[in-house]
Amino acid sequence: MSCGLRPTDACLAQIKEMEGTTHASNEKAGTITITEPTIEKETRSEEDLDVPWQVVVHNDPVNLMSYVTMVFQRVFGYPREKAERHMLEVHQKGRSVLWSGMRERAELYVQQLHGYLLLATLEKVY
Amino acid sequence: MEICRRKNQIELSELDPFLAELLRQIPTSADPGGVPVAEERLFSPPTDGKEAEICAEWKLYVQPELRRLFQTATQTVAADLEQLNGNEKSFVNRTLRIPSKHADAWLSALNQARLVIAAKNNFTENELNDHFRSPIGSRRDLSLFQVNFYGFLQEFILRELES
Repeated sequence: MSCGLRPTDACLAQIKEMEGTTHASNEKAGTITITEPTIEKETRSEEDLDVPWQVVVHNDPVNLMSYVTMVFQRVFGYPREKAERHMLEVHQKGRSVLWSGMRERAELYVQQLHGYLLLATLEKVY
Repeated sequence: MEICRRKNQIELSELDPFLAELLRQIPTSADPGGVPVAEERLFSPPTDGKEAEICAEWKLYVQPELRRLFQTATQTVAADLEQLNGNEKSFVNRTLRIPSKHADAWLSALNQARLVIAAKNNFTENELNDHFRSPIGSRRDLSLFQVNFYGFLQEFILRELES
């Protein structure tokens, strides 16, 4: 929305309204009173809000540590040190969060990890 | 058995009949064969069970793709293993040459086989870490040896991929 190069009082008022404030001023031109802006309430489902999801890898006594490190490097593009840190976290704590973000991407990562036969799940971040 | 890299190949030479037979077993061992625990391990759920809708979609769309991916890998390995099906006498030591471009297929097939065997036998972590157990004894001991032997091969292939 544009209100021209030179802001007028009406234009300023419009900007303030957009900022969601109530404004009243006394200027040379007179008094301007702006009514309380209407706040439109919108209900959105959890899906719409797209809560972040996380990709979790779980411990598995069969997969080799070196193999798991290689998979993390390949799938997430992590440098070796970071991949090893995550691998050790999986090994010692039973799980590690490898990535978090949008659901679609998280699903894709989990699919890739399953392709490498790792135990991986996606979880909502609460 | 000797294992080394020659040009664009990984060469396993001096393979005695026992180890050659274990290698031949890779494609068969990688097949879960309808055993539920093995199936569940190869095709694990994408969530912890709370998201029923995601799990249902996963079964419908993702699992068939994964199944194809795993089959392609075992088929590649099976084709390489045909080198061990020569006309020589069964007690003669053999040589197997794995093209480097098949390394990923071998990693996958070996992993499938290890996971399926471990799931079917319900091996504990302690058993899996016991690398010195003799294969001679029970069927379970032989399966454990198989898992460790395949793991050794995986380690070698991984090192080759890194270098």
